[in-house]
Amino acid sequence: MKVETIAERVSEAWPHHPLIALGYLLGCLAGSALFLSVLGLVLIYAERKIAAHFQCRLGPMRVGWHGTLQTIADTLKLVLKEDIVPSQTDRFLHLIAPFLCLLGTVLAFMVLPMAPWLQISDLNIGVLYITAISGLGVLGILLGGWSSNNKWSLLGAMRAGAQIISYEISATLALLVVVLFSGSLQLSEIVQSQASGWWIWRAHGVGLVAFVIFLIASTAEINRTPFDIPEGESELTAGFHTEYSGIRFAFFFLSEFISLFVVAGLTATLFFGGWMPFHIGAWATFNQIMDFIPPLFWFFSKTALIVFVIMWFRWTFPRLRVDQLMKLEWKFLLPLGFANLFVASVVILENWYFFPK
Amino acid sequence: MGLGISTLEKRIHLSKETGSPLSTQEYFVNMGPQHPSTHGVLRLVLKLDGETVKEVIPVLGYIHRGIEKIAEHQTYRQSVHLGDRLDYLSAFTYNWAFSMAVEKAAGIELNDRIQTIRTLFAELQRIQSHLLWWGVFGMDLGAFTPFLYGFRDREMLTDIFEETAGARLTMNYIQPGGLMYDLHPNFVKKVKNFLKYFKPKLKEYDALLSGNIILQQRLRKVGILPAEQALSLGATGPVLRASGVSYDLRKQEPYGVYPQLKFEVPIGKTGDCWDRYWIRLEEIRESLHLVEQLIDHIPEGKFMLMKPAVKIKIPEGSYYTRLETARGVLGVFIVSDGKEVPYRMHFRTPNFNNLWSVTAMAPGGRLADLVAILSSLDIVVPDIDR
Repeated sequence: MKVETIAERVSEAWPHHPLIALGYLLGCLAGSALFLSVLGLVLIYAERKIAAHFQCRLGPMRVGWHGTLQTIADTLKLVLKEDIVPSQTDRFLHLIAPFLCLLGTVLAFMVLPMAPWLQISDLNIGVLYITAISGLGVLGILLGGWSSNNKWSLLGAMRAGAQIISYEISATLALLVVVLFSGSLQLSEIVQSQASGWWIWRAHGVGLVAFVIFLIASTAEINRTPFDIPEGESELTAGFHTEYSGIRFAFFFLSEFISLFVVAGLTATLFFGGWMPFHIGAWATFNQIMDFIPPLFWFFSKTALIVFVIMWFRWTFPRLRVDQLMKLEWKFLLPLGFANLFVASVVILENWYFFPK
Repeated sequence: MGLGISTLEKRIHLSKETGSPLSTQEYFVNMGPQHPSTHGVLRLVLKLDGETVKEVIPVLGYIHRGIEKIAEHQTYRQSVHLGDRLDYLSAFTYNWAFSMAVEKAAGIELNDRIQTIRTLFAELQRIQSHLLWWGVFGMDLGAFTPFLYGFRDREMLTDIFEETAGARLTMNYIQPGGLMYDLHPNFVKKVKNFLKYFKPKLKEYDALLSGNIILQQRLRKVGILPAEQALSLGATGPVLRASGVSYDLRKQEPYGVYPQLKFEVPIGKTGDCWDRYWIRLEEIRESLHLVEQLIDHIPEGKFMLMKPAVKIKIPEGSYYTRLETARGVLGVFIVSDGKEVPYRMHFRTPNFNNLWSVTAMAPGGRLADLVAILSSLDIVVPDIDR
């Protein structure tokens, strides 16, 4: 199955038909902008509804059928609201911080293989690229907190900096396990390598441990409960985005939800076979039926499942304290990650996992 | 602001002044008067070193309404409702404390029905108040769901109160000489329904919050208040009992029908946040037990022993009564010069004294610990400023 990404199509068309190439680019830009904003709306709606049903209430019900248009109304309100920049802020940094924050997540989104035919760019160092680019987001948070000239914001930003950078290590260690198994950094090849089985169960527990580490670390990386100390409502009022209003606040919000999607999509790609359908060994008929379901659907349902789990965390757990958070990373997750990586290398060397090449 | 954390130039200047390239400084922040976890308009001035709290200075006065002064211009009957405005989560108990002081001074003897109903309402109110605390406590620690669960179950009690007393928050129900109205016919049935419904819910509470490892990590060995310190600060209620001092006015100076009832007073060991948390949950269980003992044995009788229009006059002198609210010891002190209005009235409120224990507990902990400590004290701010 040849994977044809949008980037490949553009470079193919460029020498002979530059207009078509431009068309591809523009279509891709408009398409991803539309997709991301709709995704943001859907995720916010889902979050509110899921939260509501966890908490024995209905959630938004008034605007549109079952409140479906509520997020659109909220977005309109945020866009039309005055964009206040407090007088003593570092104005330039204060203005660009939300965009930096969004930039990191959108760039990470660009390499997710959503279907064999739908991937914007298939970098041969995809995993490395994602770990590198997701570090951009923390820059936006740090600058936002710093430039607000508010001590609470600064506290939130410093917490975010320490937290995100620490947890990135564990997330990367967990990623490396899958990279070792599939033998490639390219996300589309990682998906292909799971044709005979997903890495979460194929690797005799190593994959499962890696999955758990990755889920915890990436929940921390996107600042969601129980790791939402940078915002920590009851402690820091709103943390790094206390001084933001209007569309800039909306950008922080949007980037939080997009990164939720990216993280969930990445987890699905690495551990649950991405767009690969669900197959059970020798059940030929069952496998054929599964093949009929389009890959796009597989990707999105797997991602939605993980998004749900992360939301479930949020509405169940209390928040960790900042030093406990660091302890969990440096004293527990990191050693466990290294040990897991070591075991994984041994497993691969000895070909102890299911269906080796 | 102006402490030089804002711009790089100021920062460089500061480090040049102190002679170290990476100098740190302690700084002050205002927690409140508008802050999600100060539960009202309380202001705490914090001296922080990074995340570590060095000093906490509570600043009061943002919701001072001169309740005690107002009482000097109102007859005793008119002043009952002032208690509702202090601790709005224990309105019945505050009404009761005030009525008890007036009754003691005026020498009014009450019948069993009034005493039983008062006790019953006080215990239901204790459950209601602790339910709200439980929900808010969860939210202060970052778990949002307990808040809704606590309110869901509290709502049933509020409905029961509304039927009998006509109000949901500021009941103004217990009057000098009796009660404002008789019990609503549905009262007994509804309370029994609540008991049946609520007992299994406590297990759900434990599953959702108490058993959570994050919560236990956040609370155990945090905000330890030794018994001597708690006593010297004048802390009462669950805060004092969590420190291991068995002091509950329901046992020490029984009032109402408490002498005839069987109940335990839960005692903590270390006096940390977890003990305060656990004691309140235990108190809910004990209160349920008390309500069970009372609900089938409400004697018949009059619900009001005085005519409504009669103005109460108290003989000259000073009178003090106290009882145990959900938060601790509430004392009412009345100085009378024989007229229809008190010469001076003073409330000794539990929250005022409990609040100051935060100054002993918080230093050395993190900012997040301070939030947990403050929430474990279960303060109601209007009760602190009178």
